[in-house]
Amino acid sequence: MFQIRIHGRGGQGVVSAAEMLSIAAFEQGKHSQAVPSFGSERMGAPVVAYVRIDDKSIELREPVLDPNLLIVQDPTLFNAIDVFNGLRDDGWVLINTSKNLEDLNIDQATNRLPAGHVITVSATELAMKHLGRPTPNTVLLGALAAISDEIDIDAVCSAIGKKFPGQVGEANIVAAQAAYQQAAGA
Amino acid sequence: MLKQIEGSQAVAQAVALSRPEVISAYPITPQTHIVEDLGLMVKSGKLSPCEFLLVESEFGALSACIGSSAAGARSYTATSSQGMLFMMEAVYNASGMGLPIVMTVGNRAIGAPINIWNDWSDSMSARDAGWIQLFVETNQEAVDVHIQAFKLAEELSMPVMVCMDGFILTHSYSQVDIPSQETVDSYLPSFQPRQVLDPSAPVSMGAMVGPEAFTEVRYLAHHKQRLALKLITEQAAEFEKLLGRDSGGLLKEYDSAGKETVIVTMGSVIGTMKEVLAEMREEGHSIGALTVRSFRPFPIEALQEALKDARRVIVFEKSLAVGIGGILANDLRMATRDLDLAVHSVIGGLGGRPITRANLRRMFEKGLNDKLNRIHFHDMRMDVVNRELDREKEQRLSGSAAENILSDVGLVAAAKTI
Repeated sequence: MFQIRIHGRGGQGVVSAAEMLSIAAFEQGKHSQAVPSFGSERMGAPVVAYVRIDDKSIELREPVLDPNLLIVQDPTLFNAIDVFNGLRDDGWVLINTSKNLEDLNIDQATNRLPAGHVITVSATELAMKHLGRPTPNTVLLGALAAISDEIDIDAVCSAIGKKFPGQVGEANIVAAQAAYQQAAGA
Repeated sequence: MLKQIEGSQAVAQAVALSRPEVISAYPITPQTHIVEDLGLMVKSGKLSPCEFLLVESEFGALSACIGSSAAGARSYTATSSQGMLFMMEAVYNASGMGLPIVMTVGNRAIGAPINIWNDWSDSMSARDAGWIQLFVETNQEAVDVHIQAFKLAEELSMPVMVCMDGFILTHSYSQVDIPSQETVDSYLPSFQPRQVLDPSAPVSMGAMVGPEAFTEVRYLAHHKQRLALKLITEQAAEFEKLLGRDSGGLLKEYDSAGKETVIVTMGSVIGTMKEVLAEMREEGHSIGALTVRSFRPFPIEALQEALKDARRVIVFEKSLAVGIGGILANDLRMATRDLDLAVHSVIGGLGGRPITRANLRRMFEKGLNDKLNRIHFHDMRMDVVNRELDREKEQRLSGSAAENILSDVGLVAAAKTI
């Protein structure tokens, strides 16, 4: 079972990201569970969503306590909550930031991970460019498809189109593809 | 057809396939997406002929359904938590009048304190009202049991509530098979009411019944629920024959037959428990689980049969009868009083407290070592409780207990944990 935990704040599309990820996994013929975890339901409050992917049906109902991969949609969360809690020693971290990794001051948490397992993407900037909105979720999913064997970019694009039909979906697909190219090339 | 959708969407589609003619519902977390989706389907004409009655409250919603059901229309509503309380007079009306309304309950804690997360308090608050109460374990089962519920309700002339864990099921995306309209039509015939308001054949419904007849009316409802035990099993079997899935029924055994220790629970938590128990069996422990799927009527005989070889039962429930203890546990104790069984009551998951493999494992081991009290509060922090008790000893104006505890635990916990 592959477990992903997505961290962000209310309004950044964390829950939609998890849902699209589960749809992408389904399109690849896998079983997937996506569950949101709300605190107070308001904009700006920390939100977590869990995604599980497996070859057989998933009926586990606990939070994702030992993720294989973290997606951090908002790096200000590093100072607010324990984002890295339970991350496996061979785990991956995908961070939305335009800063350099060194400037994030998360070395203490990430030193134990294998080299190259912490990746940054300027997702907000890419989203502004392609969508005109600072919603980084689909961009991050595009980057995820580049760094993880679990998810294909084609499935991600199809999932985006299913969740957001029409022009909105199309723009998001372009943004995701751009992120994929960037991350694949890096 | 296989789809990757949210539990709420799956339920909305299952309800739509059951051809309701009137839907009247008021939104409340975590049921909102169900009624929104159904509203969209009615508006677009996808669900037709169906009238969606907008109302001002849950009391209005269920009252509207009572009217439409009495007029011969297949009627549906949904609620959670406080919404159940707001409609409680209508809940008793619907069952007292014998109207086959189907209602989804997205199980959520009842305040105060306000809590939007999952537990069973809402369904439990209505357990004596005469509704059939079915608990589902997965979103697939939610789809299947809603379809079964309409058939059951109409056959018995009795309302049915389908209970599903809020957020855990309602808001989770998973793979579900949505049956075709043809399949559902072959299972669920059109509504043939046992009683109907018809201007060409006028009748009264809901008139006052005095001491001379009230007992018989009440007894009949109880008698019908006991008969429903057989019908629930038959209909689930018919459904399984049609769709190849074991959904609904009275209870389900998860490797519990012949085991010394049996965990008894309801709803989605069995998904997490299964893994832990399989591990423990591999280590040589005689342990299994069973889920009660029909909570009302309570499957007394089926439980007696399923637990006949057990020595120890641990009842795990997301409900608490303040002042006495576990609700499911006490119903089970009553049902199995003639068996030689040690019954432990575990109250867990209240207000959405996460239930994990790790904390379940610890609790099961306590049980196996006979170290569980007769009533045990799962994953509870007694130090936090004691701090509040100390505060109350210190001064009269100790403040709101809930606020104090939240301050002690909640704010710090929210910042640090996931």
